[in-house]
Amino acid sequence: MLLQRFLVRLLTMLVTLFGVAVVVFVVIRVAPGDPIAMMLPPGASDADIARLRALYGLDKGIVQQFFIWLGGVLHGDFGTSISLRQDVLGLVFNRLPATLELATVALLMAVAIGVTAAIFGARSRGTAIEAGIDIASGATLSIPDFLWGLVLILLFGVLLPVFDISGRVSPQLDLPFVTQFYLVESLLRLRFDLTWDLLKHMLMPAVALALPLAAIIAQLLKQSLKEVLDLDYVVLARVKGFSETQVILREALKNAALPTLTLVGVQFTFLIGGTVIVERLFSYEGLGNMAIDAVINRDLPLIQGIVLVFALLFVLINLAVDMMYALLNPRLRHG
Amino acid sequence: MDEARILRRGLSPRLWLAGGWLLVALLAAIFAPLIAPQDPLAQDLMLEHLPPFWLDGAEPGYWLGTDSLGRDLLSRLIFGGRIAFIVAFAAASAACLVGSALGLIAGYFGGWADRIISRVVDIWMAFPPVLFAILLVAVLGTGLSSVIIAIAVIDWTRFCRVIRAEAMSQARMDYVESARIAGYGRIGIMLREVLPNVVPSVVALLSLEMGIAVIVEAILSFVNLSISTDDPTWGGIIAEGRLSIHQAWWVLVFPLATLILTVLSFSQFGEGLKARFDPVLR
Amino acid sequence: MSACLEIRSLSAVLPNGQRVLRSVSLAVQPSEVRALVGESGAGKTMIGKAVLGVLPKSVRIVEGEMLIEGEDLGRLDPKARRTLIGARTALIPQDPLTALNPSRRIGPQMTDRLVRILGWSGERADSRIRQLLDEVQIRDPERVLKSYPHELSGGMRQRVLIAAAFAAEPRLIVADEPTTALDVTVQKQILRLIAQLQRDHGTAILFVTHDLGVVAKISQKVSVLYAGKVVEEAETAQLFATPQHPYTRALIAATPRYTDPYASLKPVDETVLAGLAAEIAAADKDWRPSHG
Repeated sequence: MLLQRFLVRLLTMLVTLFGVAVVVFVVIRVAPGDPIAMMLPPGASDADIARLRALYGLDKGIVQQFFIWLGGVLHGDFGTSISLRQDVLGLVFNRLPATLELATVALLMAVAIGVTAAIFGARSRGTAIEAGIDIASGATLSIPDFLWGLVLILLFGVLLPVFDISGRVSPQLDLPFVTQFYLVESLLRLRFDLTWDLLKHMLMPAVALALPLAAIIAQLLKQSLKEVLDLDYVVLARVKGFSETQVILREALKNAALPTLTLVGVQFTFLIGGTVIVERLFSYEGLGNMAIDAVINRDLPLIQGIVLVFALLFVLINLAVDMMYALLNPRLRHG
Repeated sequence: MDEARILRRGLSPRLWLAGGWLLVALLAAIFAPLIAPQDPLAQDLMLEHLPPFWLDGAEPGYWLGTDSLGRDLLSRLIFGGRIAFIVAFAAASAACLVGSALGLIAGYFGGWADRIISRVVDIWMAFPPVLFAILLVAVLGTGLSSVIIAIAVIDWTRFCRVIRAEAMSQARMDYVESARIAGYGRIGIMLREVLPNVVPSVVALLSLEMGIAVIVEAILSFVNLSISTDDPTWGGIIAEGRLSIHQAWWVLVFPLATLILTVLSFSQFGEGLKARFDPVLR
Repeated sequence: MSACLEIRSLSAVLPNGQRVLRSVSLAVQPSEVRALVGESGAGKTMIGKAVLGVLPKSVRIVEGEMLIEGEDLGRLDPKARRTLIGARTALIPQDPLTALNPSRRIGPQMTDRLVRILGWSGERADSRIRQLLDEVQIRDPERVLKSYPHELSGGMRQRVLIAAAFAAEPRLIVADEPTTALDVTVQKQILRLIAQLQRDHGTAILFVTHDLGVVAKISQKVSVLYAGKVVEEAETAQLFATPQHPYTRALIAATPRYTDPYASLKPVDETVLAGLAAEIAAADKDWRPSHG
């Protein structure tokens, strides 16, 4: 049952990824600008251009080009970046950890803030506190991460300069890291000074990304908590002598979380999509920042690679959420 | 739903506030040449980084101060509103038209139409939207129409998903069934019975989408990919403000506040309208 | 010796001011089964919920006292009240299908009060629960304790809930229409089980029901409720033999007899209801809550 569900999802996932590959390819190939012409100095001969076009496979038919590219992708060959003259996959893997760390920290913050607000709101349902949480989450939700980022830059970069608003880590620091997962590695190496520096840089962009998601979690979870709190088994738990907080945490939270979980999955992909502009805003050296550079430089292979990696990330998250939902729901697990 | 009841409910405060701000901003944008105190493009290096009127060193006539090229901030904001509203209305309408049409088809007819459209929506959902928009504008070339097309292309799915779900549940209702028995054709039923019932959702989404379009346009101008760099845009002013944040905070604060108010108003206006016209809510 | 449960002049209102309980008084002695009988909406479930402190937020108590073994619930702070209710009372709920948490296994749901509220050790709670499962005639406790609620039938779930209610030896159990949601065949078994356990454990029960047949089988005393008001209170046998109040008589007349299965179901007589409504309206006019 579970395995079957997993296989079906996996298949749909592959179809989606193929679709993404086709769309990216089509969009990029209708680009009017000639990337080759931009790479060469003015006055390059036609022969030079033709040689370079052949090198990048741009002289073949579009369908043929697509399958050459797709074949390469399936072998892990995403081509060579035109602007940086390096292997695309290597470039992507070099930047991906920074984005993953940022998105994970943001997700954890969003869940922590959102769940706390939801529990608090459900506990004080029907009071002014709940109304306050509703208004705050409604407003927070309507303001996207880009604007939150700017607000935070103003507040904590200018007005009260306590956090760094630019970069991933202080440039003067000597980094002993061998991987790009700086945060994880700093923890493993017990270099908490570096962890702190990384977090200080990460905090503002992470908060900007986390706030809208936190608001959504607060709203959805509070709503479903309130529904669950009227059910008979919750009443029974109160009669047993458990306090309202215990009742929420032990009886209600898990069942209320299930309907929220699927929506949070989709929202988390939005959060990752948001890293593109938020990284730009905070000059954070992640994948999204590189993506914008790639677009501005018309670096087609790099754009393709990055978009595909983002898409892969998105479908994997949806798959993971779907599996988690099935695992947490006893009816599906045993049914 | 009778008119009297709608009227008696009155306008809620959030509708008033949100609608009020949008109206003011829209009128300012329409009559920009009459209202703006200065030429938004006029540079004067003698006047660079003038502070807003209540601070020392302010010049009369430059109410909100000037940017690094000595251009009047208020005038640039007012003219920037023109681009913002044009993009908001055009892009949101285009996204709405495409998304609603596909959503209605998928939701009402089901079967193959639904399967294909839903798969395309899935594929679209796997794109990071901002990156997709930036990519599209880069491909189409900068300019107002590219920005509008890009926003419509990335965000039609929002309408499609909601309308599909609504149309699906409406199509199962009894009144659609009885219309079918009464002999109306499928398309006739869809337009006569289903469409009016999904209007409240569409209106709310449309308003929300306008806010999103304003943001996406600002993001595109922020990365210098929106329309030609001469015309003032909110995102463009923000990009400048981000650079000179330590010398002239007002260049960032005022466009940011304008943007936040506008986005908040669009979403609250949509929610308010939905609450007012949805017979199920309330 | 103080009563196991004593309710003195309890009144409750809805936000619109409508009274749902009208100066209800009753006492349940130790080891006594007291039936609360009335039609739906008469407030009988409301009384049970008030005693257990789980009234809906919209219902507000405006006067009266509730004492469990002489302790006035109104004088305790919320935490002490919760602990007292948890330690000395239990609830057998109406619908076993919704009264168990779907995402937790049966075992922890049965032992959590013993361990976390009463501070028993895990082993003691576990052996206690197994003993109770045996008393409610569940033959494979191993499987049941490891199950999730959806894996058990309605009757099994109600047995589990009854076992859990008796496990901590409460002095008072509120049984809120415990057989209504079950199949007719299962109803009888469950009723017999409750009666059996009640005798074995000597627990007082406040038995909420709309079914006079059930009242006759299980209770020693009855309170008849109408529109939130106790219209008659008597020993069970006496109530059926010589009902005093016209509403009680009408209610008995409306109940089909087991001896006469072909008797048609008669609604409660209209004139009786009209008389009652007038009586209550008159009482409401002079009523003022004594405090609150």
